[in-house]
Amino acid sequence: MPRHLGVRIALVVIVVAVSIWYLYPPAKTINLGLDLQGGIHLVLGVDVDKAVEAQVERAGDTARAELEKRGIGVTRVERRGTAELAIQLASPQSWDAAVKTIDEVLSVFDRKEADQAAGRLGLALKPREVANIRDLAVRQGLETIRNRVDQFGVAEPSIQQQGENRILVQLPGVQDPARAKALIGKTALLEFKLVDERTDAETALRTGPPPGTEILYQRRVDKETREERKVPFLVQKKAPITGRDVATARVSIDQNTSEPYVSVDFNAAGGRAFSELTDANVGKRLAIVLDGNVHSAPQIRERIPSGRAQITGGFSTDEATDLAIVLRAGALPAPVQVLEERTVGPSLGADSIRQGIIAILASTALVFLFMLVYYRLSGLVADVALGLNLLLLMATMAGFHATLTLPGIAGIALTIGMAVDTNILIFERIREELRAGKTVRGAIDAGFARAFKTVIDTHVTVLVSGLILFQFGTGPVKGFAVTLMIGIAVSLFTAVFFTRLIFDLIYMGQRKRETLSI
Amino acid sequence: MIELFRDPGFNFIGRRRWAYLISVLFILAGIGSMVAKGGLRYGIDFSGGTLIQVRFEKPVAVDRIRHALETVQMGESVIQEFGDDREYLLRLPLAQLSSEEVTRRTQEALAKDSELGKHEIRRVEFVGPQVGRDLQIQAIYAVLWSMVGILVYIAIRFDLLGGLASIAAIIHDVLVCLSAMSLTNREMSLAILAALLTIIGYSVNDTIVAYDRVRENRAKGARRKGESFETQINNAINQTLSRTVLTALTVFFTTAVLYLFGGKVLEDMAFVLCIGVVTGTYSTIYIAGSLIVDWAGWRDRWVGKRKKVVAKA
Repeated sequence: MPRHLGVRIALVVIVVAVSIWYLYPPAKTINLGLDLQGGIHLVLGVDVDKAVEAQVERAGDTARAELEKRGIGVTRVERRGTAELAIQLASPQSWDAAVKTIDEVLSVFDRKEADQAAGRLGLALKPREVANIRDLAVRQGLETIRNRVDQFGVAEPSIQQQGENRILVQLPGVQDPARAKALIGKTALLEFKLVDERTDAETALRTGPPPGTEILYQRRVDKETREERKVPFLVQKKAPITGRDVATARVSIDQNTSEPYVSVDFNAAGGRAFSELTDANVGKRLAIVLDGNVHSAPQIRERIPSGRAQITGGFSTDEATDLAIVLRAGALPAPVQVLEERTVGPSLGADSIRQGIIAILASTALVFLFMLVYYRLSGLVADVALGLNLLLLMATMAGFHATLTLPGIAGIALTIGMAVDTNILIFERIREELRAGKTVRGAIDAGFARAFKTVIDTHVTVLVSGLILFQFGTGPVKGFAVTLMIGIAVSLFTAVFFTRLIFDLIYMGQRKRETLSI
Repeated sequence: MIELFRDPGFNFIGRRRWAYLISVLFILAGIGSMVAKGGLRYGIDFSGGTLIQVRFEKPVAVDRIRHALETVQMGESVIQEFGDDREYLLRLPLAQLSSEEVTRRTQEALAKDSELGKHEIRRVEFVGPQVGRDLQIQAIYAVLWSMVGILVYIAIRFDLLGGLASIAAIIHDVLVCLSAMSLTNREMSLAILAALLTIIGYSVNDTIVAYDRVRENRAKGARRKGESFETQINNAINQTLSRTVLTALTVFFTTAVLYLFGGKVLEDMAFVLCIGVVTGTYSTIYIAGSLIVDWAGWRDRWVGKRKKVVAKA
């Protein structure tokens, strides 16, 4: 009598039951990759140096303001490179006071250069601080993008940090990829800047903008010819009010033109600042700037105490909706850039699934038939083991929430071919033992025992490449490695353990049996 | 009982020089084609760029699409039929334009041309220069590491010479696959890399089976006195031939089905898997088996003493 028959049968029954439980219902438990269900895969690079630069510039402004408040003359404060500041004092006399102030205000900077005679100081942001800012920029960017995606309404989005400064965004089933991309990738830095009307924009273009001002453009698209025109504006560099002052934003429709616009509500501080700004500058124009582009530059007619502003600019409804979303979710701390994009439309995904299923069914049928014809009853046992292998493979994927991708389907097809290989190794060995004159029982025992070492060898080599592939792979390719590895690992159970059990059951107690259907 | 081979007694090793010649000729043809085509063609995964898959409502000629793209200064795009004459791949090299801009312009150009009829953009892939470069480096590492992994495993399981011969067989298989790709104008992509790594792991299987048999025969003392190493290897290959061919056959079935029915997106990957299975089986016999005989021969001549190879056990 073969040993532990009851335990072995129970184990197989339990494994099958658990598999079915995990797998039911398949449509819900199997995670389909973006290449099968359609969707967007984006890898965004966060320009972390920009966040460092912005921080350094802010620190420079603070230092300058503080120095001036204490009556220390400053000729120039400017950023050099990414993380360095150069400060030029008006006169070397105030050196000691200046150094004291700078040490207080710019405590996160190291002093690199100090030329007392020239009244010049060079400072560099501490490396730990630089690392902090970079890290924070990525994490805040991630949060902001998550907020935007949530408000946009995507089922089961996945937004993760990848490496040091990359963000991986996966949005299944998005119908309008261009819109989703624009929504995610927009920095959405909103600024209100006063238009400098002392100098004509055209003149400034020729002579260069006066200090403290810059030239920004408004894009105007002619409705008839769809031609784009860029209109220059000379505005003050300093933005008294920015997106940080926004409490909420929503889309409204203009009663007269029935064009959508975005209505912005400031928070308490922002409302106060807006009220003061409008009060002090009645008659001037206020440019509403988004990511360096002027959206509109209405004239301030009177003080606006309501803490509310309108952004108009010929939006479509979608554009206005998305702008409201990004203003609510806040600006990205640093600009992002699309490094990689893979978008698959739903119809292509559906085609891929259909073709994948056909390929898997056809290869299963072919291998099934081949084993049956070549090894007869034993082949049938191997076929049942193959069926079990596929069941366990899918159940393991469901259990681990692994994702099935298109290359993953190729991995399944390959598994079908490789899983029966284990049985072939065993059966060929049994045949050999029979030819050598062993009894049926003896041949089965020797066949399984001798083939086992080889089976382990073949499994190890495929798993080695599978692991490396998994380590290296991105999305779809990872899916291939996953199915291949699971399929191969599972075949140890199905092709060795399960097949052996069936053999034991069939030939149990037939010690005198002389033929084997193999 | 159907039997493919029953102790066939083919003289594989004796004819190894012919096999070397065939392998070298095929790989040379492949390298020649790569040189003539200016190197192995890299897909956008590695070279960077934008790929757009469009399906039209009705059959469309390539010239028509090119004409439409010329109106948006994208006439230099590579336009390639994909499956049938309603579906095309448009490829653009990396340029100043962002991927959004490329997609937008393409859509605009195709929509404007009324003769093209309705279309659907089914797939957009953009790989930036940084990502492409990263993937190239990672791909080389992946291939090298899997070879190292297998070398170490075989060196532990058998011996260093066996490991080296297996690696030579793997390199042979990879070169044959790359040659076949170049000869059939296929591009290197991430999926192809996955196929190559799989072949690396799979191809060495049969080699292990054959080596294992050499060792087993020795342990059993089946070696007749004076039997040369060459004969031992040849016997082992013959004894394991039916399982070598059968296991390859089932995998070949499934990869061939994948190639025929798996759809256009998987076609190249399935092609490489098919070629890999065939060359993997061939290289077991003619490269891993033959090289170890030649190397052992050279080594014996140099060292001047006969030493047992393969089996340490």
